[in-house]
Amino acid sequence: MPAVSKGDGMRGLAVFISDIRNCKSKEAEIKRINKELANIRSKFKGDKALDGYSKKKYVCKLLFIFLLGHDIDFGHMEAVNLLSSNKYTEKQIGYLFISVLVNSNSELIRLINNAIKNDLSSRNPTFMCLALHCIANVGSREMAEAFAGEIPRILVAGDTMDSVKQSAALCLLRLYKASPDLVLMGEWTSRVVHLLNDQHMGVVTAAISLITCLSSKNPDEFKTCVSLAVSRLSRIVSSASTDLQDYTYYFVPAPWLSCKLLRLLQCYPPPEDGAVKGRLVECLETILNKAQEPPKSKKVQHSNAKNAILFEAISLIIHYDSEPNLLVRACNQLGQFLQHRETNLRYLALESMCTLASSEFSHEAVKTHIETVINALKTERDVSVRQRAADLLYAMCDRSNAKQIVSEMLSYLETADYSIREEMVLKVAILAEKYAVDYSWYVDTILNLIRIAGDYVSEEVWYRVIQIVINRDDVQGYAAKTVFEALQAPACHENMVKVGGYILGEFGNLIAGDPRSSPLVQFNLLHSKFHLCSVPTRALLLSAYIKFINLFPETKATIQEVLRSDSQIRNSDVELQQRAVEYLKLSSIASTDVLATVLEEMPPFPERESSILAKLKKKKGPGVVVVSDLEDGKREGGELNGGGDRGPDSAMSASNASTPSPSADLLGLRSAAPVGAAAPSAGSLLVDVFSESGAGGPAAAVNDDGFLSSVPPSAASEDLAPPLPEADELLNKFVCKNNGVLFENQLLQIGIKSEYRQNLGRMYLFYGNKTSVQFASFSTTLNVQTKPVEPLVEGGAQVQQVLNIECITDFSEAPQLNIKFRYGGALQNITLKLPVTINKFFQPTEMTATDFFQRWKQLSQTQQEAQKIFKANHGMDTEVLKAKLLGLGTALLENVDPNPENYVCAGVVQTKSQQVGVLLRLEPNAQAQMYRLTLRSSKDTVSQRLCDLLAEQF
Amino acid sequence: MINAILIFNNHGKPRLIRFYQYFAEELQQQIIRETFHLVSKRDDNVCNFLEGGSLIGGSDYKLIYRHYATLYFVFCVDSSESELGILDLIQVFVETLDKCFENVCELDLIFHMDKVHYILQEVVMGGMVLETNMNEIVAQVELQTRMEKSEGGLSAAPARAVSAVKNMNLPEMPRNINIGDLNIKVPSLSHF
Repeated sequence: MPAVSKGDGMRGLAVFISDIRNCKSKEAEIKRINKELANIRSKFKGDKALDGYSKKKYVCKLLFIFLLGHDIDFGHMEAVNLLSSNKYTEKQIGYLFISVLVNSNSELIRLINNAIKNDLSSRNPTFMCLALHCIANVGSREMAEAFAGEIPRILVAGDTMDSVKQSAALCLLRLYKASPDLVLMGEWTSRVVHLLNDQHMGVVTAAISLITCLSSKNPDEFKTCVSLAVSRLSRIVSSASTDLQDYTYYFVPAPWLSCKLLRLLQCYPPPEDGAVKGRLVECLETILNKAQEPPKSKKVQHSNAKNAILFEAISLIIHYDSEPNLLVRACNQLGQFLQHRETNLRYLALESMCTLASSEFSHEAVKTHIETVINALKTERDVSVRQRAADLLYAMCDRSNAKQIVSEMLSYLETADYSIREEMVLKVAILAEKYAVDYSWYVDTILNLIRIAGDYVSEEVWYRVIQIVINRDDVQGYAAKTVFEALQAPACHENMVKVGGYILGEFGNLIAGDPRSSPLVQFNLLHSKFHLCSVPTRALLLSAYIKFINLFPETKATIQEVLRSDSQIRNSDVELQQRAVEYLKLSSIASTDVLATVLEEMPPFPERESSILAKLKKKKGPGVVVVSDLEDGKREGGELNGGGDRGPDSAMSASNASTPSPSADLLGLRSAAPVGAAAPSAGSLLVDVFSESGAGGPAAAVNDDGFLSSVPPSAASEDLAPPLPEADELLNKFVCKNNGVLFENQLLQIGIKSEYRQNLGRMYLFYGNKTSVQFASFSTTLNVQTKPVEPLVEGGAQVQQVLNIECITDFSEAPQLNIKFRYGGALQNITLKLPVTINKFFQPTEMTATDFFQRWKQLSQTQQEAQKIFKANHGMDTEVLKAKLLGLGTALLENVDPNPENYVCAGVVQTKSQQVGVLLRLEPNAQAQMYRLTLRSSKDTVSQRLCDLLAEQF
Repeated sequence: MINAILIFNNHGKPRLIRFYQYFAEELQQQIIRETFHLVSKRDDNVCNFLEGGSLIGGSDYKLIYRHYATLYFVFCVDSSESELGILDLIQVFVETLDKCFENVCELDLIFHMDKVHYILQEVVMGGMVLETNMNEIVAQVELQTRMEKSEGGLSAAPARAVSAVKNMNLPEMPRNINIGDLNIKVPSLSHF
């Protein structure tokens, strides 16, 4: 006989459902439903009091309508009325309606609570169960307030029926989850724990959920549950398959309860008590042994239940991570499952192995299954399983198998499901970077990644490859060659164009020697992609073009032609138009030197955590972050290569000088000098350049030999640190170059980009916070004056300061720069010398040999000459010397000195007040590793200062 | 914890929905559609687990499902549940339905939705498993049915008798009684 009586249901309900099912269209259905809703509403509102049966029928209809997806906004009151009926069926449907349709902040809760209170005190177990169900399903705070005291009493009372105990346990769990502060266990704790020993397995089943939750929150108070759980588990595991009667499921004794006991144990470390631990290990071994026994039934339910326990046992073994013997057995068992014909088992085996791969005891054992896992990635029909295989490959990857795994993942990517491609791309990018031994492999991998799955390559990935190429000079040539080849594909992804544009713009010169990739070929290749690209890519390409003009003057005419075309210079997009206009002007106005300075190679990016890893973490939920956290641990071994979060394009815009930035005066004015400088050059982009306000203060302190920034530190501020001992050395690094890292310690990195033209200069200071913590009260002080910088530097962030410089007259002391900030609580105070030296204001002068010697003779007074003979500090390579002399800012004159070994240079130092012509002669003696340096100029201080500066350079 | 239990047919028509975590009604329907979309496109011999749809919480949750003839039984659970354990639980639930309804079919779920809910309540309560022993569950359901029947015998029948009498055009009855024919008053009632 069926347990449910079908015949005597509610006729009206059956008719209504049949009507709905007979509806031919959605519209007809909605019409029928609306008709019924109107009918029920009028019945509820009508004068006649409805009897319980009708209410029950209508409430049932409402439930059915709700199931079909229609909002039910009435009937709640009628349902609440049903609760107080003394008929079981009416009460039951009332509670059902409330559980399904009433949410926890309904206004009716108070009325409902009244009904529940009555039922709980009725001592009718069926009514009590209905009430407890309702509390567990709604679980509002108001309910917790009303019943949190009552329910533990019901749970542990000696005379409570088993079915009520079960409900009370879960009800209490729900209240604890919703309002932990209201459920005070204290006195009940030990009696709740002892429910694990209850005779009735149903009570244990319900209680264990409660105990697991409480233990995970208050492990110490509940730790006695460990030994009880172990003994319960041991009794179940060792029982014959018939001992537990009804709780034996397809010949497996109490599988659900076993799983839950094993889960509970995962809240705790391995038991300290030797006997308990021994018993537990015995259980785990028995479970592992049983897996090898022949099945007692061919039914899938039998193996399912058996394996459910087995997987939980393996989880516990992995959780303990202390029994190498068991770990290896677990790994072998999972290895068997990897090839099982049941898809579910393959899925779960891959998933469990992922956690096993992070254990030091079993990492190697997991690696032995690599071929099977790769095979799974290739042949599994189910995307869920393939995804687990990909996760496992990622987890088991290390230096020894990185190349194989990355190449397998790449080839899988070609056919991978769209849903998992982005994640796969990130994983490949991370592995390639993390385990790259040679960087050409890394570059190949990422470019392949873009080729295969360009759409799924996020910005982080292509930023990263550029950062790494820029930071590692050994791979730059290879990268240029490879992108050049990749761009030749007829259809290549826009991300490839971006990477190609950037890398050729920076390093195209490295492959320009080959006629097949001559500058013009490179340019035409890039430009052939231009029209197919989006605006941001086009903007990037325009920047690449101007870099080309700098790298390859022979392309200037072609590129200017392109920039000048209407489609560029009149582009409707403001950004593109601006770039076209500015670049065109820049290329036609600026001298090659200025161009070379503006477009100098990008400085290395600061080393930081991979932004890709952060992205992956963000993408995946907390469950996967566990894996990534592990990686963090490994990374401290120094496997990761650095790079900044800053995208290359944003760095580029800094060099374009089109961003308004806080500018600051650097050099004050000497009061003696005619103060014509008050009016800044018109049309300048900069806010204010040459403020006069400094004239009063610092001028008093300026020495007589006419120099601007030799203000004693005390005049500016009392608490400035004295310059670092290495300040002069740092300064000397910049005599022959304009860009680079001025200073770096564990916290702070200061980068400099500067450019000079005649007696004017502009310097960008980049203050980078290398930590993850904010710098507070950040300030910089020049011993002249500056506008303040942003007072906060966020962790990992960079602030920029722009200085505009004018050389009033010649000088020998470099301005001092003081930086102060708070890192954590500690005040950091650093004083550096700003690398502004007199030679920065050189204008090169070309002259013939006759002119040179004629002037040389004119400057023959002793004070006009400065000479030094010194030992070589560096190698005496011709090219290096030439580069340094050019970097100095003078013109290097060929065929002037009769001795070809010697170098002569000429230039004019431009200051506001006067121009100082300078001649230089450097005579190397390779045998003795000595130099003689002679400088003659029309001003003795200039000769002397230049001579001092230069003697440190060679 | 079990966050939701969804039963729908091969066309995505919901036959039972039970959420143990609050979602607005509109969202509940969207979750059903999304879940149906995810589950229905899978072959029958692939695995029974997949990551939850975005509406229900994404990869923190798993959908564990079984497909029986015309119906999908889908449990959405968090990571604290054993996948195979939940598969067994679905089996227990379905076998219980089968016992209670004798060869359960989709129509039973449609016309006895309330009963299906009651059976489910004996298995899962507030998202946690209450009982896994099928005989115990069936015993509880039988107890309910007995109570229902005993109430039906005492009160439901008179209630229906009254409504039947109403439908028969009430005014006639008193008239007949007024006539004072004693023979008809008690026996005639037993027909109802």
